[in-house]
Order: sequence, then structure tokens, then C-alpha cells
Amino acid sequence: MEYKPIRKVVSGNYAAAYAAKHARVQVVAAYPITPQTSIIEKIAEFIANGEADIQYVPVESEHSAMAACIGASAAGARAFTATSAQGLALMHEMLHWASGARLPVVMVDVNRAMAPPWSVWDDQTDSLAQRDTGWLQFYAENNQEVYDGVLMAFKVAETVNVPAMVIESAFILSHTYDVVEMIPQELVDEFLPPREPLYDLANFEKPFSVGALGTPADYYEFRYKLAKAHEEAKKVIKEVGKEFGERFGRDYSQMIETYRTDDADFVFMGMGSLMGTVKQAVDVLREEGYKVGAAKVRWFRPFPKEELYELAKNVDGIAVLDRNFSFGQEGILFNEAKGALYNTGAKPLMKNYIVGLGGRDFTVNDVRKIAENMKAIIEKGELDVEVDWYHLKR
Amino acid sequence: MEIPENVKKRLSLPAEEHFYAGHTACQGCGAALGLRYVLKAYGRKTIFTIPACCSTIIAGAWPYNTLDANLFHTAFETTGAVLGGIEAALKARGIKVKGEDGVMVVGWAGDGGTADIGLQALSGFLERGHDALYIMYDNEAYMNTGIQRSSSTPFGAWTTNTPGGKKHFLEKRHKKKVIDIVIAHEIPYAATASVAYPEDFIRKLKKAQKTPGPSFIQLFAPCPTGWRSPTDKSIELARLAVQTAYFPLFEYENGKYKINMPSTKKEPKPIEEFLKLQGRFKYMTKEDIEVLQQWVNREWEKLKKLAEVFG
Ligand SMILES: Cc1ncc(C[n+]2csc(CCOP(=O)(O)OP(=O)(O)O)c2C)c(N)n1
Ligand code: SF4
Repeated sequence: MEYKPIRKVVSGNYAAAYAAKHARVQVVAAYPITPQTSIIEKIAEFIANGEADIQYVPVESEHSAMAACIGASAAGARAFTATSAQGLALMHEMLHWASGARLPVVMVDVNRAMAPPWSVWDDQTDSLAQRDTGWLQFYAENNQEVYDGVLMAFKVAETVNVPAMVIESAFILSHTYDVVEMIPQELVDEFLPPREPLYDLANFEKPFSVGALGTPADYYEFRYKLAKAHEEAKKVIKEVGKEFGERFGRDYSQMIETYRTDDADFVFMGMGSLMGTVKQAVDVLREEGYKVGAAKVRWFRPFPKEELYELAKNVDGIAVLDRNFSFGQEGILFNEAKGALYNTGAKPLMKNYIVGLGGRDFTVNDVRKIAENMKAIIEKGELDVEVDWYHLKR
Repeated sequence: MEIPENVKKRLSLPAEEHFYAGHTACQGCGAALGLRYVLKAYGRKTIFTIPACCSTIIAGAWPYNTLDANLFHTAFETTGAVLGGIEAALKARGIKVKGEDGVMVVGWAGDGGTADIGLQALSGFLERGHDALYIMYDNEAYMNTGIQRSSSTPFGAWTTNTPGGKKHFLEKRHKKKVIDIVIAHEIPYAATASVAYPEDFIRKLKKAQKTPGPSFIQLFAPCPTGWRSPTDKSIELARLAVQTAYFPLFEYENGKYKINMPSTKKEPKPIEEFLKLQGRFKYMTKEDIEVLQQWVNREWEKLKKLAEVFG
């Protein structure tokens, strides 16, 4: 069958819901939280209209949502959920359970700032705080990437038996409508065949247990295997991203998407919807004579160290834009990127800009100001400050 | 070992064993016995989920599994939710659940994992109507972490965080009536059971298997380690709990109550007979015992009334 995309104008949340449906998820367990809610509402609507055959478990909390997905995934089903901020934090314990039990649950997290003060707007600290739970993390720049990301996440997760999170930003994507090219069901089915579980609780031939006590004699090896699965995921992500490109025209073979970086003096690096603005700014700045590019980290877990090195060795500076913060230290992506380069030969000047926390607007003009600052420090050959709270009302 | 046919005929419990010897429970553990009976009732075609509790250890460290059935170990507070997930997955896959020929999805959690931290997930499970069985084995404290109180610990009982000292004992609250909370969800089937009455327990397990929707059994399971009782007294204690009406056996089925005491005619024995075999009550004064006795009397009268009115 020839690929003819179905174009629909949808919100990021509806893009996620359509992707879950097209992925033929079998069990959805979820709990409402703004701005995630419309994902689950849309899925419920699909079920009510007979458009999707899904067992929907309307649980009483996010903790239970993840627990139910874990039960469902352990019993062989393709399981999906979605949440945001406080909900994700409540799930934290169970995120470890999913990865430890090697269950390829896929979840969409709508990046939202943590309270207090209450905020429903964009901020990456919720998902980045789950960095060490053993989940794969894909950050979507736009609604199209939300849709594509969910489909790819299932394929990658089920290949390496590690759960995966697809992350979109609150309101900027979740509630903003845009054209999304969807894939006809038959072609999704070819790309993403039914799940073949690692183990099946419904097989009674030879009884077994999962998740038992791991004594010091064995626990260590379990962790090593999960670490290896993340290494393997890097390979699988690139293959799946390439296959996606070949089938549907959008190539995701790079874990860091680079934009006009070939001859760039310095680049802006960041994740998620922020990077749409940055790419646009790069075009503007290029017109104005700046030799700049953008590097969008698509997959934060596993961390694309090798691709980062390839990028870093050819530029004089990297402006790392973090819509998140690790208190007592610095922006999380900045911290990771610096760490990843330490033992390599690549030593560009790296500066951290904390931007857009709690949904603070971030515009092309902001990128221009950062470019001016970056240019100055590169010329001088030293940083003014390492971490710059860029929007602070001074 | 093959059991001779003539012996088999006389057995009142299923002869098959699906609980392996060599498990790591303490001597005289009521929970271990309970697991054995559940497996006798359901056999292999069962998916268990067990949260953090003594049974995590009883079921065995990796790579062992003392149950001859599939088991998913889960986090402390998630039994109800995981049951729901497993059931949903089986339904999504077109696999039959419950009934004579279906898969039994069974949650097996302690009183702590049920009455306290897991109560929310239990409520969600009951209220959503999943086709699965939740068994709370009640040893009246958090035994796995070293005998701390749970809300199912009775008035006066010593535990490591409600000790009885020279001046005071700290456990001033009566046992939480989890079964009443469960029944408030108006599920089709709920019952209490005791490891001292295995035929009754297995009959109830079979009923849970036949009844569509969520079912719940609260199983009284003595713990010699936590109760400071002789290991050979567990069955006697479990029996006395019933005979004193401290833990009456009854069923709730579609709105109807039925008491299954060995003898409903006889007056219950005084609670003291149950208490005196255990170290955890040893510093209780006559007055303290009277407080507990009054509670038992009141709850027993309440249950009898319920059975009378809704029998
Ligand atoms: C979130 C969380 N908090 C605390 C614990 C520690 N913990 C493990 S088992 C347990 C007590 C279990 O008590 P109960 O459910 O009554 O079962 P029992 O051990 O008595 O069989 C506790 C507190 C845990 N595993 N998880
Ligand atoms: S501590 Fe009690 S419940 Fe736990 S294994 Fe020992 S006897 Fe059984």
C-alpha cells in the first residue's frame, strides 16, 4: 500500500490519542490532570464510538494508573497512559517498577511545572526528575512529533523491553492545534506489529514469578542488564527512526536533530517545543550574519553522548537552554551535556540559560539576546556567568 | 507422592499440592497455610499478585517461586490496581477470567497493604467491578518490617511501635473493620475466613471463583512471631478467634449476610481465652480486657442483627 498521509488539524493531546489508537493499545489506565486530560477523553471517545477496541481502566490515582498499566503489560497487553507534573511525581515509585520488570509501557507526559506555586504551564522539571527511573525519554517539538513519537516509542520500547515516555509541553503543544500527518492504520500495523511480550503471565505451562526479592548475589546483574538495554536502545532508536523516515518521510535517525550546524560557530541546544522557536530564530540570525545553528535533543534517555561529541567538536560554543532546573546545581540538560563531554577532546565554551520556567514566554528575540551574549563570551574566550537566569526581573 | 484412591475419597480438601515445601515462612505461619489453601482451591491456572509483605519472602527470592502458579510481585500499595490491570489485559486478549474454566486473578496482601497504604487502590478495584479476587491475610500488624501496628491491630496489642511499657500501652484504637468498608462498596461477594477452618475457606474461594465481579476475603492468619505465641498454637488461636467471636466468620452475598460460625447457637467464649496464649497482650489489666470484650460483644451483636435483618 502506498503511503498517503491523512492530514488532520489536531492538538498535541489529540495527536497523542490518535497515535495510541493507531498503535492499537489494548489497555489504557489513566487519571485526569490538566493539561493531560484531553488525551484520555479522546481515547474514551474512540472507545465509546466503537472506533477502538481498548480496555479502559478509570483508576483512582496516577499511582494506580501506572500500577494498572504494569499489571496489564505483565499480562501481555500493550498498555498506555498519560499524565503530567504532580501526577507523574505520584507515579514515581511505579516508574521504577515498570523498568525493573522490563515492561514496555508507553506514557505521554505533558510537561507542566511543579507546585507550589500552582502552575499548569510548561516546564520540564517533572519529566527530568524521572531521569533515573530507567525510562526512555523522547521530547517532542511539535504535534507531529507527538504523534510520530508515540508510534516509535512503542516499537523501541517493545524491542528492548524498557518503558518509554513521550513528552510534550503544556498548552504550547497539548492544547494548540496544528496539521498532523497521520498514517493509515494498515501502514501503522506494518510498522508496529502486535506485541510479543518478554514473558506472559497467562502462560501456565511452566509457572514463574516476576519481581521477586533480588539478593545481593543477583540484584547487580539485573541493573547491568537494564543498563545494557539502554545502550541497545540507542541502536534501536536510530534504526526505528530511519525506518520511520523511509516509510513515512520523516526521518528520526538522529537522536540529536541538528539544524544549520555544519558551519556554525556556536549552537543553541535544548529540548521540546522551545526548539521550534530556536530554529526560527536561527534563520533570522543567519540573515543577520550570525553563524549559528540549533541542536535539538530528541532522546534524553538514553543520552546521545556520541552525537553530542560529533556536534561539540566542531563548534566554539554551546548555549544550553534549560526549561528546568536542578536545585543546588544547574539546568539538567546543561549538567548532562557538560558531563558527557568531559572525557572527550571536545571542549566548546558552554553556558546555561534557564528559560521559560512555568510557561514564561520564550521568543525569537530572546534567542537573539542569547546569541549576542554568546558571541561576546566566545570572543572573550571566557564565561561571564555559567548559569544565567535569563528572564529574571532584575 | 500418589495418594491412594481410598484415602483421596476421605479427604475433605483437594489433594493436589501447588505450594512447594522449602518456603521461607516462620514455623506456624498462618499466611503460608493460607497460600497453600488458595493454591489447592485454584491450582495452576492462577495469576497472583503479591505486594511487599511477609508473603514476598514466603514466595521466594529470585529465581525461586514457591507457588506453582504465575506470580507478579508488586509495590506495597498497588494490589488493587495491578489486579485491575491484569484482568483488563486478559480481557483485551480474549482470555476468559473467573468461572470454572477461566483464569483466577488473585491479589494476596497483608493487613497493612490492605487496610492502610493500599486502601485507596482496594477501593478503586472494588468500585470498578473487576473480575478478580482480593485476599487480605490478616496477621494484625506489619510483620515483614518487624511487627509495627497496622490499623487492623486490635486494642491493647503490643507491637514494636505501640509497645506496652511500665506505665502505658500505646495501642488504644480498636481494629479497623476493613470488611465493613469493603461491603460498603456493594460488591457481589465478600467473606471472612480463618486458616483454622480450611473447608470453609476453600468453599468461599470456590464461591469467589463462580461469582462474576470483584470478590474479597479477609483471612485470619496468626503470626507466632508477631503475636509472641507458641508456634504450635496457631490453629488453636485461629479457632479461638472465631469461637470468641473476636473474628466471626461470615459471608456477604449480594446484599445478604450469613454467619458461618461453627456454632451460632453457643455463646462465644470469653476473649481472655484468645488473649492468654499470646505475649502481645500479656500486660493488659482486667479493665483493658474488659474494654476489648465490650468491643467484641458490640461488633458481634451488630453482625447478628445484620444477619437477622439481611439474612
Ligand atoms: C511504599 C512502601 N512503604 C513501606 C514499605 C515497607 N514495607 C514493606 S512490607 C511492610 C509491612 C507489610 O505489612 P502487611 O501488609 O501487614 O503484611 P505482613 O508483612 O504482616 O505479612 C512495609 C511497611 C514498602 N515496601 N513500600
Ligand atoms: S513473621 Fe509472621 S506472617 Fe511473617 S512469615 Fe513469620 S509467621 Fe508468617
